[in-house]
Amino acid sequence: MIALEKRPTPSRAWSAAAPLLAVALTMVAGAALFAALGTDPLAAIRTIFWDPLFNEQFASYSRPQLLVKAGPLILIAIGLSLGFRAGVWNIGAEGQYIMGAICGAGVALALYPMDAWFVFPTMVLAGALGGWAWAMIPAILKTRFRTNEILVSLLLVYVAEQILASMSLGLMRNPEGGGFPGSRNLQQYPAAANPELVAGTGMHWGVVAGFVAVIAAYILLNRHMLGFQIRLAGQSPRAARFAGVDPNRLVMICLGISGALAGLAGMFEVAGPAGQISIDFNVGYGFTAIIVAFLGRLHPVGILLAGLLMALTYIGGELAQFMLGLPAAAIQAFQGMLLFFLLGLDVLSNFRVRLGRRKVT
Amino acid sequence: MTPLLKVDGLGKVYPGVVANDRVSFDIAEGEVHALLGENGAGKSTLVKMIYGLVKPDSGHMTLRGVPYAPAEPRAARAAGVAMVFQHFSLFDALSVAENIALGMENPPPMGQLAGRIRAVSETYGLPLAPERLVGDLSAGERQRVEIIRCLLQDPRLLIMDEPTSVLTPQEAEILFATLRKLAANGTAILYISHKLEEIRALCDRATILRLGKVVASCNPREKTAAELAEMMVGTKLATPQRAASETGDVVLEVRGLSLPSPNPFGTSLRDISFSVKSGEVLGIGGVAGNGQDELLAALSGESAASAGAVRLKGQPIGDLGPGSRRRIAVLAAPEERLGHAAAPDMSLTENALLTAAIREGLAARGFLRWPAARAFAEKVIETFDVRTPGPGNAARSLSGGNLQKFVIGREVLQRPEVLVVNQPTWGVDAAAAAAIRQALLNLAADGAAVVVISQDLDELIEISDRFAALNEGRLAPPRPTRGLSLEEIGLMMGGAHDMEVAHAAV
Amino acid sequence: MDLSAINPVILIASLMVAATPILLAAIGELVVEKSGVLNLGVEGMMITGAICGFAAAVETGSPALGFLAAMIGGAALSMIFGLLTQFLMSNQVATGLALTLFGLGLSALIGQGYVGLKPPATDRLDLGPLSDIPVLGRMVFSHDIVIYASLVLVLVVWLFLRHSRAGLILRAVGENHEAAHALGYKVVRIRLMAIAFGGAMAGLGGAYLSLVRVPQWTEGMTSGAGWIALAIVVFASWRAGRVLLGAYLFGGVAVLQLNLQAAGIAVPVELLSASPYLVTILVLVIISADRSRAAVAAPGSLGRVFHASS
Repeated sequence: MIALEKRPTPSRAWSAAAPLLAVALTMVAGAALFAALGTDPLAAIRTIFWDPLFNEQFASYSRPQLLVKAGPLILIAIGLSLGFRAGVWNIGAEGQYIMGAICGAGVALALYPMDAWFVFPTMVLAGALGGWAWAMIPAILKTRFRTNEILVSLLLVYVAEQILASMSLGLMRNPEGGGFPGSRNLQQYPAAANPELVAGTGMHWGVVAGFVAVIAAYILLNRHMLGFQIRLAGQSPRAARFAGVDPNRLVMICLGISGALAGLAGMFEVAGPAGQISIDFNVGYGFTAIIVAFLGRLHPVGILLAGLLMALTYIGGELAQFMLGLPAAAIQAFQGMLLFFLLGLDVLSNFRVRLGRRKVT
Repeated sequence: MTPLLKVDGLGKVYPGVVANDRVSFDIAEGEVHALLGENGAGKSTLVKMIYGLVKPDSGHMTLRGVPYAPAEPRAARAAGVAMVFQHFSLFDALSVAENIALGMENPPPMGQLAGRIRAVSETYGLPLAPERLVGDLSAGERQRVEIIRCLLQDPRLLIMDEPTSVLTPQEAEILFATLRKLAANGTAILYISHKLEEIRALCDRATILRLGKVVASCNPREKTAAELAEMMVGTKLATPQRAASETGDVVLEVRGLSLPSPNPFGTSLRDISFSVKSGEVLGIGGVAGNGQDELLAALSGESAASAGAVRLKGQPIGDLGPGSRRRIAVLAAPEERLGHAAAPDMSLTENALLTAAIREGLAARGFLRWPAARAFAEKVIETFDVRTPGPGNAARSLSGGNLQKFVIGREVLQRPEVLVVNQPTWGVDAAAAAAIRQALLNLAADGAAVVVISQDLDELIEISDRFAALNEGRLAPPRPTRGLSLEEIGLMMGGAHDMEVAHAAV
Repeated sequence: MDLSAINPVILIASLMVAATPILLAAIGELVVEKSGVLNLGVEGMMITGAICGFAAAVETGSPALGFLAAMIGGAALSMIFGLLTQFLMSNQVATGLALTLFGLGLSALIGQGYVGLKPPATDRLDLGPLSDIPVLGRMVFSHDIVIYASLVLVLVVWLFLRHSRAGLILRAVGENHEAAHALGYKVVRIRLMAIAFGGAMAGLGGAYLSLVRVPQWTEGMTSGAGWIALAIVVFASWRAGRVLLGAYLFGGVAVLQLNLQAAGIAVPVELLSASPYLVTILVLVIISADRSRAAVAAPGSLGRVFHASS
């Protein structure tokens, strides 16, 4: 018989070890999944985790992709992690990401073809504002009417997708695009473009913003009163109210920050790697960032590492699709599995496992 | 004659704690048997083993000479053992009849059950309407639900865990009458309490537990309360010393405070008025659930009232939040230690930060000063003799008494002008309780106005200068504690509510 | 614009079809939440049910076996959630999200070979002369068995929760799991059964989408239906009868907006497509704004982790 026993103090060692163990277990389970799909499991694991970084043939292309993909994931996950710590569940980052991109691109398209220094900074501002405003909808409904923010933020993703479709087919459609859906390509508009900063690294302004967000979040959570209040409210809401924390203010702050960061991520994406507003602009970063946030233990440094790992599975997944014919969906299932293992192993940081029968007389 | 229940060498070990160590005693049919011991003596663990909620590590029991080892409460109930819990195992959103049906093995259809509930409640003088929602009942009525749930099963042994903690003295008298009637009919009663007078009034025999072991067994009627207390605690306890204090000007004044309850099953505060002078301890008694939590929230600033309803030296402060009140030295310590007064998973340093950031300067322009916070936590630990390896330990790793000393100490050391505490010694061992009461008295002697909300009348009689009682969200006018009889106090708490009439009718 | 093209008889008939997947998922989730568990993985279980049902129906040629497979698939997936939240005491919100993300991936994986196929048709239930009643016969008596089963299910769940002992125990566990444990009820076991039922119903609802409503398989075809089902449980204040109302209300909006799109009304298509989500948000706001009711209706232990320490 297995019994769980609550630890008096959460184990730091397990808390750090759980993500590593979860990754290992996911590899094993993933290998089994790939084998069931008729793919050589070892080849699949190597293609996903090793080849993108070290295979001479692919690394030159895929190494920069690591930062390109990790940038938005980290940026969004940092914002989400603040809310998750405070018990504010924004799961509509995908929608905020879209709205940030639309607002950022909207500024660029409105100013086109003006060549001025302030075009890009204005886009950054508009992107953050767009995501922030979209997140304020669940925030205001939550604080004014106690409406569940999980459902509202998620449902707004579908609304944002409709707005995206409307924009790429209507208002923002490239007048010189021959009637095809999608906006002008911002990469070809230098004042608005978010280019690769150092050739061959994949580093663009969005990645820089991601790193800055990691540092800022670290300082906020460990050194600042607001960060303390965020942690307190998540762990013990009544104690937080007793301490004088206004729960509504925290909801607004957490949803606001995560919305703004998701909006920024969308804006950097549309001005950089994606280049244009199109119907299929969003690829699920907003949802994957939820996994990144948890895999990183809601800790800024953890999120940095988790973002890189998750980016690797994206790139490796694409490679495996191309090389081994592994379906794209397999990677999504693989990522979900990773989160399961992590949540399951979490029990070990708060509980101790006792094996063996308890004596009964 | 074989005893009804014989407990032989029961033992139970939890990590780091020996809850029960070779506990043996027996109960005869029709006997009212007291299980006496202070908090943490192992009473709860012992009765949970008898009721099948906890499996003993060693030892065995016999019921009417037959080996008895209930695997779950269901088996215990089938064997004729019933239990009334201290923290009621009731369901707020369900009706009285539904609650009772849940505690029965084979409940009759609802219509029939309602009839039986009425019959039993009349027989034992415990009036109860079967269709009411339990969440709307008073604490005393909720206890009746538990008792009737047990009685409907015709138990041979009824276990009662601290039943009078939620009753006024008058209500307790009525309960005792019910219990005596049951005992006269042959039902054995295992009565758990640390209230000595009521055990002397009610029980035929007492088994006394200390630190998980049986230390004595006696007839409580032949002992004085002081002798029982000494057996229970092991040493003579010093009663708190109070200096003949001078009271000064009115510091805290509450005038016409009314506050609707934020949650559906809470209590609304109605037109509460009182004032506390510098150097004075005001005791506020009352049965649980009569507005204690709500009053504390209104005084700590967690619930905002109208500005003029609460005044500090004449200045309106009723609409200020907890932070603003701390800034002007109005501090509070709520009842629930884990999760309200302290965050369970956070370290003591972080918990020091929780209320002391403003007054102790633990943050500068929003940035935290961790060394200062740690130093303050260490100061609380040292001054109040909190037993813990250090300020880095999580709050939930402390025992109830130690955490409570930390919580009270954290506020006392911030030099409050007004300190409001709710149930300061609830569930705390006697030594810690004495230390906490002394600290509150010392604080008042130094000129603070202290409000102690408590359900422990002995505590209030011991430390308060004036006494008032909360009843259904209303506060009876405060009266000097000296010279108040237990009977008068009981009447201030609302007397027997509606039980008197019903009982007289039996 | 030609509004006369909208036929009210067909509108109501298709409303019932559109509402059924959500009704099934929501009634399942109602039982889960009544037991005190918040499973946010409805979307993932629905889509898994959709593909399991579709694949089984295509392979066997039997829609009935398809529906059965969908229920098994949804329940199996829900057991991952059950294992994590009930035994390993993981956070229910996070685990539910993980279930949705995993379900979307897994279903896409299983569904690769099934894109573009046509499933075997689900027969209408022969109700004899009832179907021949003018107007009404077309409207409500010409449907397949699943629709009627879903209506019966609402009644059964209502009876179960309101009038059966097992239902009383389930509600007690959801209301206060510590008290239920103290009385000797098996909190974890009861919750696992509720979770499995919720998974099976979500799976069935998903299969109704892929086998009847659409009927074909596309990736992510539930497009938020699971989330709307969750919202409907809140809207219904955890009452079975009002889940029916909520689901049919939603079905009405969904069908009406499709009809309006077809009629070429002068409203942007995207706004019409977004309208079911917007209406759901609006309804949620109206319900939650009524503070007293929302607080009383929610099960007391909803979403809280249970660990029997004693």
